[in-house]
Amino acid sequence: MSIRVLTPGWLSSVQDAGRCGHAAIGAGVAGAMDGTALRLANALVDNGANAAAIEITLRGPRLRFETDTLIALTGAAIDARCGGLAIPAWRPVAIGAGAELELGDMRRGARAYLAVAGGVDVAQVLGSRSTDINAALGPFNGRGLAAGDELPLAQIAPERLSRLRHALRAASPERAGETAVAAAHWSLDPQPWFDLRGDLPVALLRGSHFDSLDPASRRELFAGRFRVGNESNRVGYRLEGPKLNLAAPLELISEGVVPGTVQLPPNGSPIVLMAEAPTTGGYPRIAHVASIDLPRLAQRRPGDHVRFVETSLAEAQSRYLARERALAALVHSIHERLNN
Amino acid sequence: MSSARIEPLGDSALLVRVGDRIDEETNVAALALADTLRAARLPGVGDVAPAYASVAVRFDIDAWRAADDPRPAHARLAQRIRELLQALPHDTQGGSTDTADGNGVPATPHRLLSDRVDDRIEIPVCYGDAFGPDLDAVAAHAGLDARDIIERHSNAEYRVAMLGFMPGFPYLLGLDPALQAPRRPSPRTRVPAGSVAIGGAQTGIYPRELPGGWQLIGRTPLALFDPSRAPPALLRPGQRVRFRPIDAGEFAALAP
Repeated sequence: MSIRVLTPGWLSSVQDAGRCGHAAIGAGVAGAMDGTALRLANALVDNGANAAAIEITLRGPRLRFETDTLIALTGAAIDARCGGLAIPAWRPVAIGAGAELELGDMRRGARAYLAVAGGVDVAQVLGSRSTDINAALGPFNGRGLAAGDELPLAQIAPERLSRLRHALRAASPERAGETAVAAAHWSLDPQPWFDLRGDLPVALLRGSHFDSLDPASRRELFAGRFRVGNESNRVGYRLEGPKLNLAAPLELISEGVVPGTVQLPPNGSPIVLMAEAPTTGGYPRIAHVASIDLPRLAQRRPGDHVRFVETSLAEAQSRYLARERALAALVHSIHERLNN
Repeated sequence: MSSARIEPLGDSALLVRVGDRIDEETNVAALALADTLRAARLPGVGDVAPAYASVAVRFDIDAWRAADDPRPAHARLAQRIRELLQALPHDTQGGSTDTADGNGVPATPHRLLSDRVDDRIEIPVCYGDAFGPDLDAVAAHAGLDARDIIERHSNAEYRVAMLGFMPGFPYLLGLDPALQAPRRPSPRTRVPAGSVAIGGAQTGIYPRELPGGWQLIGRTPLALFDPSRAPPALLRPGQRVRFRPIDAGEFAALAP
């Protein structure tokens, strides 16, 4: 019951919904950069919301499945092949033991999620299976996957697996090299869960030090166009574009920061902290990305542009709650479909 | 001590601030506040993390909305935190009688930390040479010789103000002002695990190999952080710390 990593791609890592409750000892959240895509990938193979999956960045890995199972791909649009057959995304796909899944380049977006029935069953570290590469914490001592790694899969009862495969109502399995694959005849519409054009503005809340920006910078933050810098990663997105300045220097002491916090270092280029945000920081906090839009930002890649639009706390929270309700309803309907 | 202020930290976290200085009194208040919030076991609160002068509280928006209450989730949680703080016995030791300002609450008591102020730990450190390549630079900056730096550094008592930046990284209060030293003009790409370092007025210990710009004066063989250990972090906020000079032989004997 495992997956063998043949090649790791650009950066692939085991991620779940994140690590909670250890900020006081300096361990941050980590987890999937696009939590919505992770949740839907898990739902499509009938996993719980917090099951661990593989987060794939920019270019995919080659993986060999040592067991019959069910997989689903969500998030960024990625080329996926198995024994010469194209594997469609946003739907469950049954694959047989020995299958080699070859994930290629991403056509849109930066992060795809590969969920496997039962979930990747690496040991939990501080209550989570997420990989915090910056903190060297989690599976494989906090590193991305490497060729030769073996990813254990949680046991799934054979009756349950055959029931799930039956529920795909797939056309008869197609030969894919030495094995067979069968994709569900139905799929999810990536919209509204994935920003297909990648150009929607990202909602931003004012931070504690927004008012300390000079007037031009306050305008630029919402009017300007920023570019995702090449140094961007799971810790933070460095934004290039208009330089932002404080009206006067601030003497700050280290305080809590969270994923979504927008810091302004002295060089004037803001940094949006992402999944692997450290737990504390000493730079001015000029803004925060609304929780609902963090997955969308996580799908921008270096070189992509970002525009921000101001939102209020009440609006950000009510949009988040509306999305959570819609997501919960969708997850429920997928579960019904896979179990009836 | 001023009264606590509550401000949003994005849409799913709050920052409760008890001051804006790096000093022991403010930090003790922040740690006591964190204890109070943790003990209250607020629903949907995932993290309560103290820093020098504040406590970050991460919460689940869904857990703090209510169909019959038009207030947004963060406002409801902030209200709950204010109620908790107002219910606390007032601090009398410091004679602080601060009352709530527009957004504030009364000062938090120090006595909650009484179990922790007696919590002491000794950390063996091998100073200088390859273990502390910046010892001479720190000494030159201070106008002292290396032996004075070691003596002053190991004679002081420190307090763990907070853990942050990296799992298990302690920010310590109590650095002798004479030992303050500016950060290196260009950071090192690799600072060895266990390095005891000075950055401006701050002093801390690198829990693992990291890039870093602080001046390295010594190294401890103890593991500052090990996720397979319970608790994973060697130090905890509030704890008192002393450094004990050791030689390279003892370092080797103590190293895991």
